Amino acid sequence: MPALPLLIEIGTEEIPDWMIRSALGDLRAMVEKALAEARLGGVVRLAEATPRRLALIVDGVLERQEDSEELVLGPPAAAAFKDGKPTGAATGFAKKNGVDVSALFTEKTAKGEYVAVRKKLAGADAKALLAEQLPQIILKIYFPKTMYWTGKGGPRFIRPIRWIVALLGGDVIPFSLAGVESGNVSHGHRRMGGVFFVTPENYAAQLAANGVILSADERKKRILDGIAALVAGKGLSVKTDEALLETLVFITEYPTPILGSFDAGYLSLPEEVLVTVMRHHQKYFSVADGAGKLAPHFVAVMNIAGDPDGIVRHGNERVLRARFNDARFFWEFDQKKKLSERVDSLANVTFQAKLGSYLDKTRRMVKLVGELGGGPDAERAALLSKCDLTTDMVKEFTELQGVVGGLYARAQGEPEAVAKAIYDHYKPVSMEDSIPSTAEGRIVALADKIDTLRGCFGIGLIPSGSKDPFALRRAAQGVVKILVEGKIALPLAGVAGGDAALHEFLLDRVRYYFKDVRGFAYDEVNAVLAAGCESLPDVDERMIAIQAVRPTADFEPLAASFKRIKNILRQASFEAKGEVDGSLLESGPQAELLAAFQQAKSKVAVFREQRDYRSALSVIASLRPQVDQFFDKVLVNAPDAKVRHNRLTLLANLLTEFSSIADFSEIVTSSQAS
Amino acid sequence: MDTFQETIFKLKRYWSDRGCIIQEPYDVEVGAGTMCPETFLRVLGPEPYRVAYIQPSRRPADGRYGENPNRLYKHQQLQVILKPSPADILDQYLGSLEAIGIDLTKHDLKFEEDNWESPTLGAWGIGWQVMMDGLEITQFTYFQQCGGIDLDLVPAEITYGIERLVAFLQDKSSVFDIDWTRDTQYAKVRHAEELQHSVYNFEMADTEMLWQLFQLHERECQRLVDSFKAYPDKQRFPVLAAYDQVLKCSNVFNLLDARGAISVTERVGVIGRVRKLAVGVAGLWMAQNAPAAEEAVA
Repeated sequence: MPALPLLIEIGTEEIPDWMIRSALGDLRAMVEKALAEARLGGVVRLAEATPRRLALIVDGVLERQEDSEELVLGPPAAAAFKDGKPTGAATGFAKKNGVDVSALFTEKTAKGEYVAVRKKLAGADAKALLAEQLPQIILKIYFPKTMYWTGKGGPRFIRPIRWIVALLGGDVIPFSLAGVESGNVSHGHRRMGGVFFVTPENYAAQLAANGVILSADERKKRILDGIAALVAGKGLSVKTDEALLETLVFITEYPTPILGSFDAGYLSLPEEVLVTVMRHHQKYFSVADGAGKLAPHFVAVMNIAGDPDGIVRHGNERVLRARFNDARFFWEFDQKKKLSERVDSLANVTFQAKLGSYLDKTRRMVKLVGELGGGPDAERAALLSKCDLTTDMVKEFTELQGVVGGLYARAQGEPEAVAKAIYDHYKPVSMEDSIPSTAEGRIVALADKIDTLRGCFGIGLIPSGSKDPFALRRAAQGVVKILVEGKIALPLAGVAGGDAALHEFLLDRVRYYFKDVRGFAYDEVNAVLAAGCESLPDVDERMIAIQAVRPTADFEPLAASFKRIKNILRQASFEAKGEVDGSLLESGPQAELLAAFQQAKSKVAVFREQRDYRSALSVIASLRPQVDQFFDKVLVNAPDAKVRHNRLTLLANLLTEFSSIADFSEIVTSSQAS
Repeated sequence: MDTFQETIFKLKRYWSDRGCIIQEPYDVEVGAGTMCPETFLRVLGPEPYRVAYIQPSRRPADGRYGENPNRLYKHQQLQVILKPSPADILDQYLGSLEAIGIDLTKHDLKFEEDNWESPTLGAWGIGWQVMMDGLEITQFTYFQQCGGIDLDLVPAEITYGIERLVAFLQDKSSVFDIDWTRDTQYAKVRHAEELQHSVYNFEMADTEMLWQLFQLHERECQRLVDSFKAYPDKQRFPVLAAYDQVLKCSNVFNLLDARGAISVTERVGVIGRVRKLAVGVAGLWMAQNAPAAEEAVA
């Protein structure tokens, strides 16, 4: 069967950069799935995208499906033939399937023998199959927000589709979508290309000739190489910024970086402000000098081949100057009123209708900081932490809230500890972000987040599903991260302030943090948390210990034994009371286990006291031979009630004693897993 | 180098050549060209329409006493509506840039995601901010909903901020230095207006009076909306007059906002009140002009 290359290009108006990769992934997966299900074969040779196109080339797609056979079962053989002659059931079945009775044969199945017929199915034409499926596939590509453009009720996509290339070999796969007929004509770069015919063979080359660098990797390389060439020999460097780079790769079809400059006088403005303007508002890379300090330059990435006359550079410099002037204007204007003079005006800024103003929140935060053991600097920082919300700078650059407060505090002579704590108190803004760098910062950050969590839970604003308008998950994760990484032994119950739902919510975030952020296995997380989670730094240490000890030979078998102990105790409804009566234990396995247990117990106690959980766990794991031997040789459920009670007590004590680091019965052992 | 007014002439001519009615500015205060009935109401319903007009747009909170080189209490928008949007709309838009003297082969042009939304009008659309050499020169929107009504035909809205665009073309670092004509600068024409309205908006506007005005216009609008049902001859009904009351409310709201008289809590509520009026009037307009489509919606 001849095989052909398949080319699909969806030509659109500019798709938002951050949606492009996943849209392309969707298209590719759906086309691959459709080809596989239709038994058309094919291997993806190219999957690329720019703001204006999603493109896919699949090699080796069969022109037609292979012919196939289908086995059709008819009536039971006993009913179909009597004395070797076909009955009405057989002739009816043959007729229905368009064959002669002589073509019938018997097929053995689990339910008995049936007459059957093999039907030939002619393979369908790939072009026809694809013409039917591609429009559905294209409209099924997921985008977070879609639009219609042909009129109400029309197809929805991320932006209008303006052309579609669909070719199998040299033939157009004919279909129509949103008024666009599929064809073999593509469009190049808006200003550097034209409209042209393509084939699966010349597609990439044709685009290149029309000003489009199809490959995202190549666009990225062109940006990076271009930047390297721009700064070479100038003692400058450009800080890597993967997120910005990714944006620029998918906002251009022919990226070319240029180096621009600004008046060094603007360097008197805080670096954070300058970088934010360049990075977030202008999508520029900031540039550092040899000493790593911000240099009065920037790198902009154009969507065009070059700027021989410096027109684009000039334009960008002009825009940046205006933006920096604004920032300077805000800075100077804001200094007219100190942060400390802005506290009262927070009464006019609503935090949440039922939770009052930011002044109310500030008062609660100051109180919380006191309760959390923060000193005067932390309290001062909490008092001033939200004041920057009333500044023009933050109104303009909202992403700099906190940072601006910190900078202003410093400029206005507040102690450095206060300034730094204000600066950091929104941290961590994500699980990748670091926690505040100072103790005061951590306390203020905790107070801010805890207040938000308690307040919102208190009035029933509890996140559900994807709905989390107050970003409570992020706040709770921030609390967990600060407690663990800041080594703050604050009980979660205290954080929750008696709110059971909030306590459970925080526990969920603890699990998420250790499992998804730190990468611990879920059963390790369960085991450690089941042994208590009063203090998160302690949970962290126990987690690290159990992960370290887990690969050792004795660990998992011992965990299996603990599970067995737990089951035995549960079946016996046994509540451990009192000590083991050594005189009731026979020598051999029982006495040996007790001796080993008592010896281990005192060692473990010492290690646990030192929070050397790893050594403690190793000692516990070393009990395995005695535990195994006990189970091999001893019948726990002895006929004599006293003896039985004594044996159960031994096991119960063992379990209790060694479950304070982790509940081993929560560990999924490899025998269970398989 | 074209003057401010020359650039406006050329843009109007360009869109006139593409079938647009060239309207004059609407004579009620608005915060954006979108709010004019030529956009807000005309985009509703199944009837095609093409219009372009300059609209002075008042944003009291953006006033800077004429001291900031880039911020204005009132700026001129050139608003273009093509309903329905033709397939080559972006090419037509690029053509308009060439028409005002921009050599597109020498400039960097990017379309950056920017979806427009107006909670006050119950309207939203999908689109971009068009960036030229790092400067936002146009807001481009495919309207999806207006006055809470899904649009039958999707219009393209092109909004040029004229001061910003011309400052770019004339390479001026302050909009006040723009050549309005060959020998008159922007400052001479408009600086006093910027200064005096900033003083009024920020320092002297009587908030009590403004609240009263808001309530009066709101009441009048609601009264009209409520009386439509019983009104015998629907074609005579003053839907357009009711809409003017919505615009009055919106402008008074902006004045109150600039004066700092609306707390963040109240804000959402007041916006909701204006939206209720806008949605009500949009519904009347549909009932009056596109009753069939209205029934289909209901």
